[in-house]
Amino acid sequence: MITFDGVTKRYPDGTVAVDGLDLEIPVGRITVLVGPSGCGKTTTLRMINRMVEPTAGTVTVDGRDVRGVDPPTLRRGIGYVIQQAGLFPHRTVVDNIATVPYLLGWDKKKARARAYELMERVGLDPALARRYPAQLSGGQQQRVGVARALAADPPILLMDEPFSAVDPIVRAGLQEEFLRLQRELEKTIVFVTHDIDEAVKLGHRIAVFRVGGVLAQYATPDELLDRPADDFVADFLGGERGIRRLRFFKELDEEEAAGGGTAGGRTGSGGTAAGGDDRTAAAGR
Amino acid sequence: MTAPAAAADGEPLIRWDWIGRNLDGVIAEAFREHLVLSFAPVLLGLLIALPLGLACARWPRIYPAVLAATSVLYAVPAIGLFVIFVAFTRLTYATVIMPLALYTLSVLVPAVVDGLRSVPDHVRQAAEALGHRPLRRLLRVELPLALPVVMAGLRVATVANISLVSVGALIGIGGLGQLMVTGMKWPGGGFATPVIAAIVLIVLLALAADLLLLLAQRLLTPWERAGDGRRGRAPAREAAAPEGAGAAGEGGAA
Repeated sequence: MITFDGVTKRYPDGTVAVDGLDLEIPVGRITVLVGPSGCGKTTTLRMINRMVEPTAGTVTVDGRDVRGVDPPTLRRGIGYVIQQAGLFPHRTVVDNIATVPYLLGWDKKKARARAYELMERVGLDPALARRYPAQLSGGQQQRVGVARALAADPPILLMDEPFSAVDPIVRAGLQEEFLRLQRELEKTIVFVTHDIDEAVKLGHRIAVFRVGGVLAQYATPDELLDRPADDFVADFLGGERGIRRLRFFKELDEEEAAGGGTAGGRTGSGGTAAGGDDRTAAAGR
Repeated sequence: MTAPAAAADGEPLIRWDWIGRNLDGVIAEAFREHLVLSFAPVLLGLLIALPLGLACARWPRIYPAVLAATSVLYAVPAIGLFVIFVAFTRLTYATVIMPLALYTLSVLVPAVVDGLRSVPDHVRQAAEALGHRPLRRLLRVELPLALPVVMAGLRVATVANISLVSVGALIGIGGLGQLMVTGMKWPGGGFATPVIAAIVLIVLLALAADLLLLLAQRLLTPWERAGDGRRGRAPAREAAAPEGAGAAGEGGAA
């Protein structure tokens, strides 16, 4: 479990990015941090792996204050998927994925074997292994980013708008596969997005932030749509709340009809064949 | 003007017999000296420019001052620098190598800084987030990605330096420049052959050095050309996709 206890981040110029945050992020679930630009969601995410240090309060992972761990060591134990994938342009796909194993001192053979295993896991054709990131499509690059974050099998995964740089059709496909993957892996995932639809689709729990770094509401998607805490949350959810709810319940129904009871709890819309630009390898699984 | 006058007297522009007689002697010696004086200053300059450029990239506030200093150095006439250095080094190769190395800084320092700045921000952040320590991030991520820009600077500095070496002839250490002095001071109003031989060799040396560096760059940065086939498509599509918080745009523009 990741716990924020009275966490504030104030920058030297006086800007308050996160203001007195108390938050408990459950193990093995997807928790989405959502809100408009400047609401402190990315800052919050980055305080977990010490990319940002809080001004006040403590962040603990499984009861341990993160400030007690040397940052590079802490980060190697926490997967991170950055916006635009952040792949290393000068390394091949397989070496990108093996980055953290290399940092941890695994021997090259073992690290590469692990990288190939992950390529298959995230639906990447092994034929792409020796390519450079510039030779991949946007969707493929995101998959490499996810595989790289998973390479050393960290229990926690931080994802900062990982699907925002690809077009909507590819994004829908990546989201579906992400949910499928999470059903297998059951990682503790903290997912940042500005897109409320994405939050509702992916999150077990959703933390809605308002500008100034204040937590407006922390609830399940169902509760959020049913009982928004205030006007800000209601506005942020938008005018189509009713439609979203309908779709949400429809997905639940489909899930139950399909047998339900999956280990990960809430799942995506089962059985929906999502479009994707490069799903050939995944289809073979 | 003396050399063309001599040619008008029926003297051929190039006396091949002179070249033949001196190829193994004066010419070879001058060429060997020119080689040393061509590459040693650039190497020394790179050794100075790397830490200086790293410091400027890290503390951008010192960059304008460093840039101004290297430009002022570049503006100091070579002969003046030689005279100053003679006082410290007497008449040795170092007398020429050190001033020429200082001249390369005006190209190499900006090359290192621009190279490091060309590393996309999201790549640098990803390296940090995955657990690179600062030194490893520099050596394994930032410097390799800065290489194309640094190499471009290195090529300019090398070619410029190869032609600049001749100025060393003013103090008697000028490689092929020495042949030009020989030609100019030839008894009886100058002699064109050594001058032309020196110019041709300098140009050939510059071309060969540039080609060699270009080849090295291609071998060292295979990823630079890897995307040529498909590169055009993916970024175009990403640019059209909706961006998130303002920060998302920065890396794309880099």
